[in-house]
Amino acid sequence: MPWIDACATDDIDQEDLIRFDHAGATYAIYHGVDGQFYATAGTCTHEHVHLCDGLVMDFMIECPKHNGQFDYRTGEAMRAPVCVNLKTFPVRVDGSRVMIEVS
Amino acid sequence: MGKRDYSPFGADAKRAVESGLTAAEWYHTEVPRKVMKDLMARSDSPAIRDTIVLYGLMLAFAAGGIATWGSLWTVPFWLAYGVLYGSASDSRWHECSHGTAFRTPWMNNAVYQISSFMIMRNPATWRWSHARHHSETYLVGRDPEIAVMRPTEVAKLILNFFGILDVLKFFPTLVRNALTGPTPEEKTFVPESEWPKVQRAARIHLAIYLATAAFVVATGSILPLMVIGLPRIYGAWHHVMTGLLQHGGLADNVIDHRLNSRTVLMNPISRFIYWNMNYHVEHHMFPMVPYHALPRLHQAIKDDLPAPNLSIAAGFAEMWPALRRQMRYEDFFVKRDLPPTAKPYREDFHQDVPGIMPANAAE
Repeated sequence: MPWIDACATDDIDQEDLIRFDHAGATYAIYHGVDGQFYATAGTCTHEHVHLCDGLVMDFMIECPKHNGQFDYRTGEAMRAPVCVNLKTFPVRVDGSRVMIEVS
Repeated sequence: MGKRDYSPFGADAKRAVESGLTAAEWYHTEVPRKVMKDLMARSDSPAIRDTIVLYGLMLAFAAGGIATWGSLWTVPFWLAYGVLYGSASDSRWHECSHGTAFRTPWMNNAVYQISSFMIMRNPATWRWSHARHHSETYLVGRDPEIAVMRPTEVAKLILNFFGILDVLKFFPTLVRNALTGPTPEEKTFVPESEWPKVQRAARIHLAIYLATAAFVVATGSILPLMVIGLPRIYGAWHHVMTGLLQHGGLADNVIDHRLNSRTVLMNPISRFIYWNMNYHVEHHMFPMVPYHALPRLHQAIKDDLPAPNLSIAAGFAEMWPALRRQMRYEDFFVKRDLPPTAKPYREDFHQDVPGIMPANAAE
């Protein structure tokens, strides 16, 4: 499975996320409160709203449409109306670049 | 468009799906990410303060009402208590259902459960109906929270100022939910995994009402009902008054909240009771912004929105003639003007949807 260069480390403020589109798919890349980077599918499992406009609080991403919440480290659905977990992707940092492994 | 069918199983619901309206992307004003992050930031302190004030006032007014029971002095206490129970609970239910009132999840959930009981809504069912209301605001047949259906039935509106229809609908549904779970209509928007929660919540609410009724019988006084249950009737008027203004008389079957929602500037007491939901265009466009930040959001995006109505009276002056006209001509709606600084309404999209929003229907 290929590693894709998604963005620079300083493209994302800490405790925030950006949208990353690649090969017809959309992803969300997070800069966590722990300084680590994380990646998930880019749209909510409830109604496919882009998560990039949502709010990151600690290790939660909140969907901007219905306020459903996921733990972006594991993808676990944490608050209704989301019931289906979010897909996560491995991330590594190469120098100043954030790489994600897409399947 | 003609006669509307508000059933989730009806022709309008089917047409909204087939035309692509339910899947369309809604308009929202561009706001810089840093500004939006600041507006979305959560805090416990404003809602803790407001909740202490609300429940403190309720206790004080109920105590005053009980102490003066049997004299005319009791009336103002119950009028004040009723509005807080039967109207402020609506806004607390609403804001906590979004999870934005408090930063701490258990606080949101605690106030949500208490408010759901007071406003007579099943907390498990209504969480989902409100999600649909935000996804498909005023799409006929799809939005289960359309307060004013067309053609307007004035008698129903008047009855609901006293919560009559809501309460008459609530209790049979409560018993049905408690015995057999969600109704077929509710199952169209409540996921199957949540159905047991609907039944459990209904059983808890029903048990509290039965205990209150038993207390009434045991004491031979309606006083327990003045505290629990009846305020949903005698105190409902404020939440109905403000709730009608949210969307009443405006467009349906559109994908721009500037067309189907109304922002009304209000006095501070109504804003406390209503928890700033008078900024309703702003709330629908950005539902992740907490109630306490809505005035700031209004300032940030007002140049892209229709001018707000300047008072509750001004809102009714705009809405009421439209509702009356919708009694005979249900395609009529008020189309509100945008300021020159705003991005225009997407007339092209709305006219492309078959049978939706005829251009000549607007005022």
